[in-house]
Amino acid sequence: MWNYERRLQYPINITRPNAKIAQVIMSQYGGPDGEISASMRYLSQRYSMPYRKVAGLLTDIGTEELAHMEMIATIVRQLTKGLSAEELEAAGFAPYYIDHTAGIWPQAAGGIPFNACEFQVKGDAITDLVEDMAAEQKARTTYDNILRLVKDPEVCDPIRFLRMREIVHFQRFGEGLRLVQEELDSRNFYACNPEFDPGCGK
Amino acid sequence: MMMNQMNQQQLLHWIDMVSFAVVDMTEYLDTHPHDEKALEYFNHYEDLRRSALRAYGEKYGPLTIDTAYPEKHWTWSMQPLPWEGGNC
Repeated sequence: MWNYERRLQYPINITRPNAKIAQVIMSQYGGPDGEISASMRYLSQRYSMPYRKVAGLLTDIGTEELAHMEMIATIVRQLTKGLSAEELEAAGFAPYYIDHTAGIWPQAAGGIPFNACEFQVKGDAITDLVEDMAAEQKARTTYDNILRLVKDPEVCDPIRFLRMREIVHFQRFGEGLRLVQEELDSRNFYACNPEFDPGCGK
Repeated sequence: MMMNQMNQQQLLHWIDMVSFAVVDMTEYLDTHPHDEKALEYFNHYEDLRRSALRAYGEKYGPLTIDTAYPEKHWTWSMQPLPWEGGNC
């Protein structure tokens, strides 16, 4: 069960709209390494994770990712709010505007719609945690790419916060992986799938 | 039954009931913000929910992070998860 807090995890107040950068930042909403992917990945993987501490970690990080989704949506909204159709078109935003006006819809920077195939639930503890670590790094890379393009400090500041969280979560998932490995045979961590065959590997 | 006489199962069931009242009233009040009876109902159940969550957290371990009250150990991550079955 969840409860909503009527606040952002980190404050965002963008005073200079810019649809050109909204178009690229949008990728961290519904793109391949975006926050929806992140949240759905962890919140879906947790049910069959056989170690309670790690299932709890997936829950808590997956929950934080929901807040990041809201932050990215807020950035895109503030970057496009109040712009005219002509201004949106001049910024290269016309293809998005035609289908979604100035609403928030999950797609990648290149227009590819959000798709559950962006993430995986393999039902194997080590496999899933290794994917989670890679996912955090891919998101960090995307934030680095965004920061090279964006110069407005009002946009960069919350993006830097989100980038830092990717690094922290990479560390936490690394620790989660270590917790799982401690339950397995150190001579061959990959000998079996403890998520499907309980108690195997010991 | 008074809250302090409930066992763990009963207290959790109580939390489920009063929390549902809070959720349902929240949505109703979003579209009927001046309904005095509904406001009274909301406040009543919100109060019951808050004290029940606190009591559960102190006695059986936290259901929410605001009622975790950690002292020597981090019990949050050791609590049963709701999909495990059993007492959730």
